Amino acid sequence: MPNLANPTAFLAFAQRVLPYLWAATAALFALGLWLALFVAPPDYQQGETARIMYLHVPAAWMAMFIYAVMALAALGTLVWRHPLADAAQKAAAPLGAGFTFVCLATGSLWGKPMWGTYWVWDARLTSVLVLFILYLGLIALWRAIDEPGRAARAAAILTLVGSVNIPIIKFSVDWWNTLHQPASVFRLGGPAIAPSLLWPLLVMALAFTLLFVVLHLMAIRNEILRRRVARLTIVAAASGDVFAPSLAAEAPRT
Amino acid sequence: MNETNHVGFVIAAYAIAAVVLIGMVLAVFADYRAQQKALRRLEGGRERTGAS
Repeated sequence: MPNLANPTAFLAFAQRVLPYLWAATAALFALGLWLALFVAPPDYQQGETARIMYLHVPAAWMAMFIYAVMALAALGTLVWRHPLADAAQKAAAPLGAGFTFVCLATGSLWGKPMWGTYWVWDARLTSVLVLFILYLGLIALWRAIDEPGRAARAAAILTLVGSVNIPIIKFSVDWWNTLHQPASVFRLGGPAIAPSLLWPLLVMALAFTLLFVVLHLMAIRNEILRRRVARLTIVAAASGDVFAPSLAAEAPRT
Repeated sequence: MNETNHVGFVIAAYAIAAVVLIGMVLAVFADYRAQQKALRRLEGGRERTGAS
């Protein structure tokens, strides 16, 4: 196993595993979509509308899972000072925002025919919206602070403070009287949905998870390259390289 | 609301998810290409100036 704390070793590892992970992700999505759209039966009450579940539920799981990954990376930044922890955290935030947006949008499109409204301020929906705003706030924080070390520490603290929202999302349907249904897969007593609906859901959840893993590895690799670009830009500017000013203007912010 | 209208919601949900997920994939690839391009130009500049 390579030492993944070393950026060069991480780049070599990513280069080696990414083709296999992309192939596995594509295969799982193909299988999951085939099961979700053509094999799984319509729900006896909701009909075809229940097929939105195969996007909405995995996206919701990923929205919370990615935040948990970011909280772990925040600990890595603040406590263990792992050299790639802040890169992992920064790379995960836009992905988390994307999956959370999919969760909110598909939930809204599922809510309209089932509840008669696209949106209601109940505890589950509101706490997921807060999660989406947290992701956007973290992305903005990284862009607002120029010094990468300070930005990483500030983002790590905000991430850890915001992690209180994750159990609120999970248990909101138990703690408050919500329009959103209670948990039907991860619950005491086992899943409450039929196996013919459950299996496509689990395959899609695995496909979403693998997609996040692949994109996260690639985004961390991008962060490592971005730091090299920033470092080389400073060196070039210091050595009077005539190309440095234009490169400095082009180099994305760290 | 009849079943035909419900299918519209299903199609819209899958379309939005596809746009967002494919958009994230394209954004990550575009960022990778941009960083590689910047690195190549910087490393080319170092070679031209003879920097170590």
